[in-house]
Order: sequence, then structure tokens, then C-alpha cells
Amino acid sequence: MNSPRDNILARLRAAAPQEATSAREADAPPTPELGRADKIARFNRLMEAMHAEVLLTDSQNWRIALKDLVRKRGLNGLLYAPGTPLGNALEADWDSDLPPLVGYSQEVEQCKERLFAIDAGITSTKGGIADLGALILWPNASEPRLMSLVPAIHIAVLEASRIHDSLAEAMRQERWAEQMPTNALLISGPSKTADIELVLTFGVHGPKELIVLLVED
Amino acid sequence: MAETVVVDFPKNFTRALNDGQLRRNLRAAMDTLGMRRRTLFSDPVAFEQLRARGDAIRQRALRQLPELLERLETKCTANGIQVHWAETPAQANGICLEILRRHKATRVIKGKSMVSEEMHLNHFLEEHGVEALETDLGEYIIQLDHETPSHIIVPAIHKNRDQIARLFHEKIPDTPYTEVVEELNAIARKVLREKFFAGEVGVSGVNFAVAETGTLCLVENEGNGRMCTTAPPVHIAVMGLEKVVERLEDVPPLLRLLTGSATGQLITTYFNMITSPRKQGEKDGPKEVHLILLDNGRSKIWADPELRQTLKCIRCGACMNHCPVYTRLGGHAYGYVYPGPIGSILTPQLEGLDHAGAMATASSFCGACEEVCPVKIPIVDILRRLRVESYNKQDASNAVKGHGYKTNATESLTWKAWALSNAVPWINAVNAKLLGLLGPLLPRLPAWGIVKGWRQSRALPRFAGKSLHALAKESRIRDE
Ligand code: SF4
Repeated sequence: MNSPRDNILARLRAAAPQEATSAREADAPPTPELGRADKIARFNRLMEAMHAEVLLTDSQNWRIALKDLVRKRGLNGLLYAPGTPLGNALEADWDSDLPPLVGYSQEVEQCKERLFAIDAGITSTKGGIADLGALILWPNASEPRLMSLVPAIHIAVLEASRIHDSLAEAMRQERWAEQMPTNALLISGPSKTADIELVLTFGVHGPKELIVLLVED
Repeated sequence: MAETVVVDFPKNFTRALNDGQLRRNLRAAMDTLGMRRRTLFSDPVAFEQLRARGDAIRQRALRQLPELLERLETKCTANGIQVHWAETPAQANGICLEILRRHKATRVIKGKSMVSEEMHLNHFLEEHGVEALETDLGEYIIQLDHETPSHIIVPAIHKNRDQIARLFHEKIPDTPYTEVVEELNAIARKVLREKFFAGEVGVSGVNFAVAETGTLCLVENEGNGRMCTTAPPVHIAVMGLEKVVERLEDVPPLLRLLTGSATGQLITTYFNMITSPRKQGEKDGPKEVHLILLDNGRSKIWADPELRQTLKCIRCGACMNHCPVYTRLGGHAYGYVYPGPIGSILTPQLEGLDHAGAMATASSFCGACEEVCPVKIPIVDILRRLRVESYNKQDASNAVKGHGYKTNATESLTWKAWALSNAVPWINAVNAKLLGLLGPLLPRLPAWGIVKGWRQSRALPRFAGKSLHALAKESRIRDE
């Protein structure tokens, strides 16, 4: 007996020859190219519409904004990624009265319990998308995937210069197709559902809050 | 499929139509979804352009299907994803079970996947001693009630909050009765979080698979899909083999069309692109990722240029939201996994007309489905084709499975007589006279045979005493 693979491919190949490549394909409608200020404004508006909180700040003040936020909420800890630029910046200046920084420095199998118990996590981002109102995350060995998923609060740091017009533009400009990571993500807000009577509620299985520190650079 | 499903359509339809609660739940929901979609695609010119793009991408992908599947396999394999092919649901289930056995896994957490419904995977796993838990809120709700999805995007839409409140109260230990949606949500979150923590294998569907990069794309709002594909050590993705697209740049237009058509969202909360299992040095993510490509009759559909268009579908559900039949019946009445217009064209082709052919009759041909379909599937033409095939006994190579099931002597004879009476003027004239004379007597005659079925839900039309032809003659309108 042939393998299912061979059978399927044989069936597809045996089918009548297909019509030749059709004429030129329709193009997607163009996305407007926005100036920097408009891009930021659009990104903010769309993210906030999806219940993300966007805090506008700059490279001098973002840590102050972060500390404020963390202090106000009385978190039991902040999950972070040691050894990354963001992680180093946090370690360099973290006050002792703040909730402790907890590094994600072991494989998940060794720290699952702690991971599922912590209140908040902070990650960097690869960029943003203005016409969707979404963050781009490419988790990696130092900044693992579950950081933006398991804690109830996800804080994301985004440099304003990294906001793209559209997903298509981001893919093209940064040549994603040549270097897709293990996992790439778009995130547009806190987790949500409308499965009961289409009533939109936030915070189902992923974070209940998404806070974006938008750093003017 | 292992067991032959016997679906009694007329009975289902009658039951659904008489369920006032169901009809109210559905009406409200479908109107809302339709309105949200219209709000998002408010510019008709841009929408048409986007749709044309989506259609072109899906057509190009299907045109090269065998090559793209091989490219996808090569790419995935190079990335470390293990690719399996299954001709039937039984084979696909077997592959899943084998992977589970190898890992001695007994607890599976599942993200939403219509293909896994097609496989009846949960049922199969339970028979083999594996707990398969649905984690999408809607899927979780219906699984608690031992139901199947009634909609491909919002699976529990047939239920309202009171029904869900009662269900949670009865089925989840120590759960107080509450109708507050946020509280119902919180209950599910708490139960499922423990399951995410303990899940041994995660199962998911696939929205698009990119041949160029070997990337599996998943669209979701809740985060359960990310949990299922990230937290457990093993991830199994199941997909219908038509879901492949050629290039990564094909994804953005399809994504916009999918989320916009489904729920009127610009983008879902998460768009999850998975290209490999956990690499050396990475701290989380599954160490094994498996991709199961399911055929289940798709390669046969693909062989016919007209029917092939069925496979362009991106499963957005817009056709059901806008279907006057679906909005009155809900998904369960159809009796199969895929309901609504897409179900009515896909299911008879997968299961055979002799089993599911009646689905192709569940349409008024109003064309609303076609108008909203983001990839321009000619749903009405395909429905018509299936109806024709239901009567077609000839064994052509492209005949749909189970074709000709409706052919019967009475109907063929009736049509022959009808053709004759329209071809021969004097027969026609005699007929018209007779009907005019005998017509008024008809309601008094007992209904029999096919007439009986027809009369059950319709009032008998009254025949005019004189035919139009006769009236025209009397008014001296010249007959040319
Ligand atoms: S047939 Fe078209 S409208 Fe219906 S689910 Fe598929 S893509 Fe959506």
C-alpha cells in the first residue's frame, strides 16, 4: 500500500491540467503612508479602542512612568528578561521599595509554578503597526514566549520610531520571510472574548491588561 | 467517517423553527455580527479591491496546490516541524493518538479547530482514555453540555447567558449561579488556567500555512490558542490541506479579510505565527511540533474546476451570519460539522450527496452569502451544481460522491410530461383547461405522496379559472 502522502499527491497530480497562470493579480488597496505624528496617533487610537493602555513617554522618563505604575498596582513581582537591553536598564535602576524584578532565566519546566503565580511581565517589542493598532513581538531565548501571555498584566515597551504603516510594510521592510523566528506575534490588546451573547469581556486566558510604554525616541 | 450519520433534515428544521428561544438568540447575534462587519468594511470600493486580492491569492494557492504542499512540507521539516499526511479522519486521529502514546499523555488541551471537529477527535480520544479539553470559551461551554459547535466562529452562539449560567452551576463543582457575563468568564478562566498549567499536549487548528517559510498562522482573541501552542511540551496542529498559501506577503490581506468578515475586527487580539519547535537555548515553547495535513475528500473536490472554488474558503463565517436560512435554524439543524452556506456546499462533497445532499436544498438562492464572501466563492452556482448532481446518475470522473441519489421514476416522469406539455401546443391547451376546471377541487382531495410533503408547510395556490393564454385571447391581444 502506498503512503497517504503518495496517494494524496498522486490524486492531485492526476487531476485535469490546471488553467494557465491567470492574468495579472489584483493588488491590495493601498495603505496610506502616514507621517510620524499621524502614525503614532493612529496607533494610539486603535490600541486604546481595544482597551490597551498607552502611556506616552520618552527615553528620559519611561522608567519613572513604569515605576509609578508598578507601585500603584501593588504587584507581587515583575517578570523580566535578564541580559536584554531592557532587562539591563531595569536592573541598573530598580528601587528596593518596588515589587521585586523576577528574571525568566530557567527553562519553563523548572519555573512553571512561579511563572503562573506572578502578577505582571514586561517585554520589549520589535515594533508596532499603525493601521492595525498592534504590537509586533518576536520572543527569543532571552525573552521567552510565555512572558507576554501568562501574567495578568503585560507591560510592553515600544520605541515610537518602530511603528510601521502596515503589516505588509513591516514584513517587506524587515525581510521577515528570510528569517521567521520560532514564534512571531501580533498583539492588539488584552485578551478578550465575545463568546457569550457577543458581549465583549476582557481578560480571558491571556493578560487582563496590556500597558504600552510608548517611548518617543 | 467511521459511523454513518443519519440526519433527518425535515425533523431538525421543524424543531429549530419552533424553538423561539433559539431564534431570538440567533437573530440578535447575527444582526450584530453583520452590522460590525459592515462598519469595518464601510468603503465599498476598497472592500471590493481587497476581496479581489484575497480571491487572487487563494486561487493562486489552489492552482499550485500539490507543489505548495510539498514546499510546505520541506520547509516545515527543515524548521523542525514534523509533517504527517492523512487521507481520512481515521488516519489523522490515529496519528494524534500515536503521538500521545509516545509521550504517555492523557491530558490534551485544545484550541479551536473545525478540522478537529471534522475528525471527531475529542470523541475518538476519549474512547482511548485521553481527556481532550476544549479551551476556547465557546467550545468549552458546548463541550460541558455535550454539544457540537453551531457556528464556526462563535460556537456557543445558540445559547444565551441564562442557559450558560445554569450549565456552569450544574457542571462545574462549587460554582454559584450567575448571569453576569464577566463572572461567567472568570469562572472559565479559573478552571482552564489549571488545565493550561497541567496540559501535556496542545492541539490547535491552522488558519493559514505559509509554504515559503513553513509558518503556521493562528488567529484568536482569548489567548487560549497561544496557551495550547506554547505551554505544553508537545503541539499538534491539524489542518485541511487547502489552507496553504504561497508566500508570507499573502497573509496580510487574507488576515484583514478573515477578521473583518468574521467579527468586524480590524485585527484579533493575537496573531500567532509558529515556525519551529523550541530551539536550542530557548526557554519555552513545545519541544515537538507536529503538523497533520488532512485530505478527507478535498483532493477530489480540487479536481473539478468549478467545485474547487469551495476550497478557497477561509472559514470566516460571514456567509452564515448573512444567510436567511441559517439565521432561522442555527447550526445544529444542519446536522453536520459545517453549517450554513459554506456547510451546504462543502459537506455534501465531503460526505456524499446521498448522505448530506439535502443541505444543498437549504437555500433560497438569495445570494447574500456570495455578496459577503471575502474570497468570492460562487456559492449559489455550486449549490445549483450539487442539486443537478443529485439527479445525475452518470458516473463521470468529476461526479460528486453519492450523486444521483434523488433520481426516481415519479419525478423523471413528471418532468418528461412537463417538457412535453410545453413543447406541444395542444397538450398545453388541454392541460390549462383541465387545471382551470379541476383546480378548485384539489384542496378537497386527500393529499398523497410528494404532494403531501409539499402541502405540509405551504398553502395550495388557487388555480385561475382561465389561463393567461385564454384571457389574452379574449382581450384580443395578438398572439405572436
Ligand atoms: S464561504 Fe466565504 S463567507 Fe463563507 S466561511 Fe468561507 S470564506 Fe467565509
